[in-house]
Amino acid sequence: MSQATAVAEPPVVDIRFEQELADAIVGAWAEDTQKAYMIAPDKILAVLRHLRDVEGYDFLSNLTCVDYKGYGGKLRNDVSERLEVVYRLYSTRIGGGPISLHVRVPQDETVPSATAVFPGANLQEREVYDLFGVKFDGHPNLRRILLWDGFNGHPMRKDWQEAYYEEDVKPFRSRHPKGEYAFHEDKLPWAKNTTYPTGWDPDSWQQPVAYVPVSQAPHHENEPHLDTESIVVNLGPHHPSTHGVFRMLTRVEGETILALEPEMGYLHRNHEKIGERNTWLMNMPFTDRLDYLNSMSNNWSYALAVEKLAGIEVPERAEYLRVIMAEFGRIVNHAWSIGFILNDLGALQTPALYAIEEREMILDLFEAVSGARLMCNYMRFGGVVRDLPAGWHEQATYLANDRLPRALDELDRLLTENEILKARGRGVGYLSVEDLISLSVSGPMIRAGGLAYDIRKAEPYGIYDRFDFDIPTLPNSDIYDRYYIRLLEARESVRILQQALRDIPEGEILGGKGGYTLRAPEGEVYSRLEAPKGELGFYLVSDGKTTPWRYHVRSPSYINLNALGPMSVGYKIADAIVILGAIDIVLGEVDR
Amino acid sequence: MFGTGLLKGLGVTLKHAMDTFNDDREAVPDRYRGSLELGDNRRVIQQPIDQEGLLTIQYPEEKRLLPERFRYIPMLIWDSEKHEDRCTACGICAKVCPPQCIWIVRDSDENGKPVTRASEFYIDAAVCMSCSFCVEFCPFDAIKMNHDYELAVYDRYPQLVYDMEELTVPLEYYAALWPTQYDEEQTRRREEEEQKRRQAEEKARRVATKNAAAKEPTAAGPKRSAAELQKLARERAAQRKTQTADGDKSGDDAAAAKKARMEELKRKAQERARQRKLESGE
Repeated sequence: MSQATAVAEPPVVDIRFEQELADAIVGAWAEDTQKAYMIAPDKILAVLRHLRDVEGYDFLSNLTCVDYKGYGGKLRNDVSERLEVVYRLYSTRIGGGPISLHVRVPQDETVPSATAVFPGANLQEREVYDLFGVKFDGHPNLRRILLWDGFNGHPMRKDWQEAYYEEDVKPFRSRHPKGEYAFHEDKLPWAKNTTYPTGWDPDSWQQPVAYVPVSQAPHHENEPHLDTESIVVNLGPHHPSTHGVFRMLTRVEGETILALEPEMGYLHRNHEKIGERNTWLMNMPFTDRLDYLNSMSNNWSYALAVEKLAGIEVPERAEYLRVIMAEFGRIVNHAWSIGFILNDLGALQTPALYAIEEREMILDLFEAVSGARLMCNYMRFGGVVRDLPAGWHEQATYLANDRLPRALDELDRLLTENEILKARGRGVGYLSVEDLISLSVSGPMIRAGGLAYDIRKAEPYGIYDRFDFDIPTLPNSDIYDRYYIRLLEARESVRILQQALRDIPEGEILGGKGGYTLRAPEGEVYSRLEAPKGELGFYLVSDGKTTPWRYHVRSPSYINLNALGPMSVGYKIADAIVILGAIDIVLGEVDR
Repeated sequence: MFGTGLLKGLGVTLKHAMDTFNDDREAVPDRYRGSLELGDNRRVIQQPIDQEGLLTIQYPEEKRLLPERFRYIPMLIWDSEKHEDRCTACGICAKVCPPQCIWIVRDSDENGKPVTRASEFYIDAAVCMSCSFCVEFCPFDAIKMNHDYELAVYDRYPQLVYDMEELTVPLEYYAALWPTQYDEEQTRRREEEEQKRRQAEEKARRVATKNAAAKEPTAAGPKRSAAELQKLARERAAQRKTQTADGDKSGDDAAAAKKARMEELKRKAQERARQRKLESGE
């Protein structure tokens, strides 16, 4: 089932461009931390196409934007353009590090949309448009995504201030030593804090439903003799088996889905803006709240990014502890995910409850070591915050060697051969793995399509290169395989856990200088890890101060939703619920 | 054969059902192994890691035994050995707090000079995200995480804004909740104090020999002797204690007093806002 995987190669540092692209690169950026190429705006599509077709960089992982208005660092002294759109590409074939591209944009200019080369840029470009106001030429569906149409301004811009604005940077001066804190409720007693864009009237506005279908063309030409009419069905906000407050806008003909658009943002809290107000350390407990089923992975990903930026060493024991926590977290996540796929299929509760029995025990372990079951806040820059309490190691070893393998086998016996599961899951939600890659989908979904791409092998972080484990793959890329791949991955996690718990050394658990103020050197970094849901990355820009200049989360749940529409078209409306369930999203991470 | 998978799966559910049934018929079901009986069906349950059978806990009659490191809302430590608040109003907790839910008013002496003591200390429990950064970075071991999680009230304001009285607990309470950490901490604190005392003695001896060598009469000593200071602190502490005791006598009075204090704070804030508005000429 498993096969040889793409193992890391040294990252490609220089792009060898053909003659006609020689002038595309107009400079470099942040060469001390993570080098990025500055690309001329009109050449970006040609560069992306070249990287995809010739160099093999087929995975557009991260696309975001930075607003440099008021930037305090030294690197941008002579630059007049305010915004920079940032691209990060990886190769799923050769593995290794990223190629980073920047495009500088003046405030009201447009950028060519990358969707022509990478359809996966769809949601990310909409997010940039929503939060920064950068327009993308040629984008098929450039609407706001996290905020609604009546939202005034683009909140990630540095000069945008929220209704309860206090100061740019924490700690706020009002808290100490005079304690002059005033309640927000008192500042705006009549809640007159709502403004609308100019020329926009809340009374006459109607939510546009006519745009459905938007990004997928309807295809009812196959039966032209039938005089049928398609209708729009709003699934949500809330129901799609309640993974959270999420809406699927579908156009159906009978029960067949002609087009489907995900609508999100109901849980949006502008995590990234909060992150830019916070000091580096303060962001750690906020990352817990992204994918709240896996706070350990979130902590680790953020810590990795900051450690890379500030050059902090992690002691040996802390590396092992991180692996142990992350792999326990993966089992927790996959147990939940399997339970929910079955829930969505109509097998209410029994599989889900069986799947999460051992989850409770893992959460008890998390609580014993970190103090919380879900919001662990366990990792710090340079290690972890607390060592294992007495008796923890024995309990974890018992779980990893005895109880978890047994529980996974039981789940396997309960579900895998089940004829109903096969009938509902086989061939449903099919999308070829090439399509998934071009839609920037990562994680178990692409491995269920037959591609053995796992960041733990392709670009190892932490100490994953020391463990003996396989990357399971399945060939069919349907619901059934997406269920089963998670069971197989949980088994591999158990293998890693057994090795890590056996080999963990004694020693320090926290390197670096500690303390609550950190000044990261000026520059930028993108760091990613294989979270249970896919590639979780943090993109950080520092201007050398105590707070991040830019703090961006590349969340797998959000970007995997690129594939929801294309995957659902042609299937029944009841299947769409499971197709969503098999993507395995958490709305805390989707909406941020 | 079609249906074998289904039957296999049903076998698993049957096994689960039988396991639970058999477990429940035993004198002490697995889930009550090692739990603390409080009578009246109330129990504190410590689930063993190898537990089989039913895992459900019948909250609120049954509650889990919380691990020592469990963190919820912070509490302030009243040092019962020294009869003083450990908090020195240094403000580090307010600085590191990610959602900025702590605000502190530093106390001042009769001349208006700030002293190392808080006169007001608030935590907005509705905003607190239980991260325990305040505990991690407190240099005086003055703020710790409480285990009390049943905090539901009818109004967020002012009930969920905890003031100093509501936050303060005696050292023994903390010692009971966090025994391991408390022991480590006490050992460390004793060592530090011992070292400090030795250093002070050393310094005093050095000063004495130096003064003796210079044959100068010692200048005026400290304004107040150590004994006087201690006495003062004791009086203050007693005063505060009676205040607290008074507050405890009638909960309504305390709530009313707190509400009044809050209203006062609110009024002050509005005053300031008005002032600012006037100044900015709007």
